[in-house]
Amino acid sequence: MRQRVRFLRRVSVLAIIATFTLTAMSCTPGTTTHEASAPPAPASTGVTETGPLTLTIWDQESGQVSRIWDELNKEFEQKYPNVTINRVNRDFGELKTLLKLAISGPNAPDVVEANQGWPDMGQLVKAGLLLPLDNYAKAYGWYDRVSENVLAVSSWTPDGKQFGTGSLFGYTTMGEIVGVYYNKAILEKLGLTLPTSFGEFEQDLAVAKQAGEVPIQFGNADGFPGIHEFAVIQDQMAPESYLTDLIFGLQGNQLSFDTPENIQAATTLQDCVNKGYFTPGFGGGGYDDAVNNFAKGEGLFMITGNWIVANLGADNPDFGFFVMPPMEAGGPPVSTGGAGFPLAIAASSEHPDAAAAYIDWMTSDHASEMLVKAGQIPLSTGSATSSATPGTVLSDVLNTAAAVTASNGIVPYEDWATPTFYNTLTASIQELMGMRITPQEFVSKVEEDYSEFQSSRA
Amino acid sequence: MEEELSVASRAVAVGGRRKPERLPGEARRIGYLYVAPAFILYAAFNLFPLVQGVNISFYNWDGISPGTWVGLANYREFFTDPAIRSTYLHVLELMFFYTFMPIVIGLFLAVVLSRIRIRGLTFFRMLLFLPLVITDVVTAVAWTWVYGTRPAGPLNTMLEAVGLGHFIPSAGWLGDFNTALPAVGVFGMWGGFGFSLILFLAGVMKIPASLYEAARVDGANALREFLAVTLPGLRYELQVVVVLSVIGTLGTFDEIYVLTAGGPGTATSVPAYQIWNRMFNTGQVGSAAALGLVLMLIVFAVTFAINRAMERGGED
Repeated sequence: MRQRVRFLRRVSVLAIIATFTLTAMSCTPGTTTHEASAPPAPASTGVTETGPLTLTIWDQESGQVSRIWDELNKEFEQKYPNVTINRVNRDFGELKTLLKLAISGPNAPDVVEANQGWPDMGQLVKAGLLLPLDNYAKAYGWYDRVSENVLAVSSWTPDGKQFGTGSLFGYTTMGEIVGVYYNKAILEKLGLTLPTSFGEFEQDLAVAKQAGEVPIQFGNADGFPGIHEFAVIQDQMAPESYLTDLIFGLQGNQLSFDTPENIQAATTLQDCVNKGYFTPGFGGGGYDDAVNNFAKGEGLFMITGNWIVANLGADNPDFGFFVMPPMEAGGPPVSTGGAGFPLAIAASSEHPDAAAAYIDWMTSDHASEMLVKAGQIPLSTGSATSSATPGTVLSDVLNTAAAVTASNGIVPYEDWATPTFYNTLTASIQELMGMRITPQEFVSKVEEDYSEFQSSRA
Repeated sequence: MEEELSVASRAVAVGGRRKPERLPGEARRIGYLYVAPAFILYAAFNLFPLVQGVNISFYNWDGISPGTWVGLANYREFFTDPAIRSTYLHVLELMFFYTFMPIVIGLFLAVVLSRIRIRGLTFFRMLLFLPLVITDVVTAVAWTWVYGTRPAGPLNTMLEAVGLGHFIPSAGWLGDFNTALPAVGVFGMWGGFGFSLILFLAGVMKIPASLYEAARVDGANALREFLAVTLPGLRYELQVVVVLSVIGTLGTFDEIYVLTAGGPGTATSVPAYQIWNRMFNTGQVGSAAALGLVLMLIVFAVTFAINRAMERGGED
């Protein structure tokens, strides 16, 4: 009797352990998510619900742009008194880390600013966590307000397998461009004129170095600034169509990162480091510090995006901006940039109509007019670009962006190319600029990441 | 001993009245009830996720969309991916700073503090123990300032003041490929020796004074006394310090996250940081789970090996 009881007890304990283990092991992870269902066509415009509702917005804006967002949010609440906006503001890195967790969990945000490309928006689309916006886009007329390119970088096939085509998953009317800021006083003091070819740009660097100025203000402890330094050189050396296809993954494994042009760009970048053209000790310098130092007058050039216009002061006449000059003087201007962070709607949002109305509000001409003062580039056809005072850094940025856009010279951000590309690029460029690896090792390392992802897609 | 016996016999007498067949100390079913609250929590928040982790480690999963079964591929990666190998090499280097140096410093200070009599000894002990009590993240933020280049932090200011400015790497201690990992190590050493010191101090006080007297009568000098009396007397404390600090080093994360984010390049990337990065940033959750489980097994194996080695060493 006692033996039997003990035996039964053991069996039941084993059964409990087995059930426990099987419950935890039985399911394929991630299968509890649902396919996103598109809103009905034709979609309604404006906030359709009349009861009180709260829209939760996650964004990564900072500084003056962030303050403008607060104003726009307040105006939206006034326009729709039943809507309360709950804004959750994160920095770029935090948003990258937390967005996937937040949007796949309960109490997900309604509207999110999701970075384009395979690492962020691509994964969210693949998991069915974002709402296709096509019907809203038709109802609000979004398609007609920006160019094809701007729509393409937020477009995916609904299964998340193709980038640059299919349904629209995010929308913005603000653009970005990476280029070269210059300090007018230093340029004049050195007796230099604006370079018209890449060769002239290098000569300017040599002159500045000779004169004891910091040729390029730079800090790369954060990793991402290095991507921009490399990209603007690469944009001049590698064909624009190759770069676009590479980043969208349009040709799968047919394209390689290991090309003579990319090696040439990496060699040039290392050359600039060797000649001391960057801030001494840039490896340990933060990006924000570099921006502040440049604003204070240290450095002839600084290579970064339009987003620092507000830091320099939009109406500041002491700084100018140009796009990295082409290899041959007179060639078409090419640079990295394009659409800014697009707004997307979470598939789980209970108020998709209100969320779409919010996106329409944040991309309206009224919003553009306010945001342009913070150095944001309006892409919508309706908004005027002439609002900036000539001779200011803002007017330089806007004119440059318009010229590059007009000649179709915008290259998407390189870190969009694979889910792990941001990490691979930041680490490899730090190693390249720290002279730890050769240009050939650099392209091989990046190519390894690229081809691995392309193979996994096939 | 006598008292214990009498208590036991009384228990027999009391228990005997109701259930004569149960011996004192024999497991009673009611015991499970006492354990249940803790066990349920432990199962829900530790065991269940652990088994889930094992499950996830067999999948290629980005964390949000359905995963695909890949068998042992994530585990194979542990042996083939040079990025993972380098993280373990970094941890080995860190062990010098996190385990070896705190023991040396801790032993030295324990011997010194136990031999000299100065006013306010408790205050100094507290001071030395303080780094351990403050959260790593807070002290790490303070150390970014200590190591700072622009503006120069205390370390660089001091070096420049004594004419050693040319030793400062131009990218700063945390930005230079050669100095970043040792710089993190020095931070960990500073935070770690307080722990070994406290254990050793307590251990030294426990060693009978008669042993020291005997050593002195035999004509032992300070070094001989340390090797023959103090060190053997601190064997158990030493074991605890080695095991805990090795486990701590293998799990290093906070200071890497705050001080270097694994950079420059991947010069300071460690296993736990790599796991976090794959899990939250690059959407390689299956791989992160596999690496986490491998790290757990390594911690088990290392702990077991250290305990066995030190226990065997003590038997001689």
